Amino acid sequence: MADDDQVILLDFWVSLFGMRVRIALAEKEIKYEYRNEDLKNKSDLLLKMNPVNKKIPVLIHNGKPVCESLIIVQYIDEVWKDRSPFMPSDPYERAQARFWVDFIDKKVYLPSVRLATTKGEEQEAAKKEFFEVFEILEGELGDKPYFQGEAFGFVDILLSTYTCYFHTFETFGNFSMEVKFPKITAWTKRCMQRESVAKTLPDPKKMWEVVMERRKGLGLD
Amino acid sequence: MAEVKLFRAWSSPFPLRIVWALEVKGIEYDMIYEDLSNKSSMLLQYNPVYKKVPVLLHKGKPISESLVILEYIEETWKSKTPSLLPGDPYQRAMARFWAKFGDDKILPLIWEAFIKQGKDQEEALIAAHENLKYLEVELRGKKFLGGETVGFADLTFGWLANLVSVFEEIAGVTLIDHEKFPLLLTWMKNFMDAPKIRETWPPRDKLINHFRALRETLIAKEPK
Repeated sequence: MADDDQVILLDFWVSLFGMRVRIALAEKEIKYEYRNEDLKNKSDLLLKMNPVNKKIPVLIHNGKPVCESLIIVQYIDEVWKDRSPFMPSDPYERAQARFWVDFIDKKVYLPSVRLATTKGEEQEAAKKEFFEVFEILEGELGDKPYFQGEAFGFVDILLSTYTCYFHTFETFGNFSMEVKFPKITAWTKRCMQRESVAKTLPDPKKMWEVVMERRKGLGLD
Repeated sequence: MAEVKLFRAWSSPFPLRIVWALEVKGIEYDMIYEDLSNKSSMLLQYNPVYKKVPVLLHKGKPISESLVILEYIEETWKSKTPSLLPGDPYQRAMARFWAKFGDDKILPLIWEAFIKQGKDQEEALIAAHENLKYLEVELRGKKFLGGETVGFADLTFGWLANLVSVFEEIAGVTLIDHEKFPLLLTWMKNFMDAPKIRETWPPRDKLINHFRALRETLIAKEPK
């Protein structure tokens, strides 16, 4: 890809979905302009570039928009295919990677949000679901260094964004990720050694503050 | 015995996408019908995470989730035409976007409009139409979402062609009217007339009986 590519990312710093794209861009060492959106007052550009869903993240590549975080990550991998591939080359292994990306996308978000922003019975139910999902992921990771094997890839990009919220989940859910999910905990440390992940993910304390504000707003604490 | 096997339920639209993809590309396969109220131990073994259809078994290795399977078919049988996805990464991203839009927005809203009544049905229909407007615009100047031949996004929306009229007959409501969505209705006809599509979909009378019974069960379960 030429250095005169124009790449703009419309995003919101808290967004897990935006973080996936930021890690992907960092992995490929792509230069881009970051624009933080005010979600209560969306820019004309965002509404023009994503008229269907009106959401971030949106990647604008040489004036053309790509929407939906997973689709953006795949696009980045296919366009900048000369470096740091996110997917294995074997079709069956690629299908497995897509399956787990889809699983994480479908199954991790809602229990995580509920675990962090509810209490009592609702939180217990969310915690149970969260544990079920993470037990499946712990099993799938097994003794591999990364979800796709030896190389950091698409599945890792996706799940690693949640790691900046682990401290928040532990605090409000009253459990230890390391005790319950030792393999994922080790994998988290491995991911944080990658510059793309370490430089993209906000400080876990900041995420805790964001959630704390939300909890206060909901009258929980 | 074909090296490809497809686990499916006869009435479900998700495995039907895979039937269409395999047929359109001329890939030989064996069909294994599942009774979803009594799932086989094979299905549970091959899809332990979701325990659902479709599952594609290729040389003994299972792949689950319809859109994952479609991408796998496209990559594995690269030489078999027609291609389901374009070569250009931007066009591929667009195809994936519309497929996701269909599954995330259109399918659940049309389903909601089908199984609900009264105000709930009205609201679901309004929301469905709000979203279908975008599809109507996208279809301008196109025979199929994939261009001249049926592609990834078309296969994902294919359930509109065989199920909408079934739902409309059962629920007694127009879900997609020709005044608001002329291009969509044209697309549905083009899709239905494309090779291998109508000949492989389930018989209409069976679908009507099945979905009528399902709707009645769901309505009976609704809190009064």
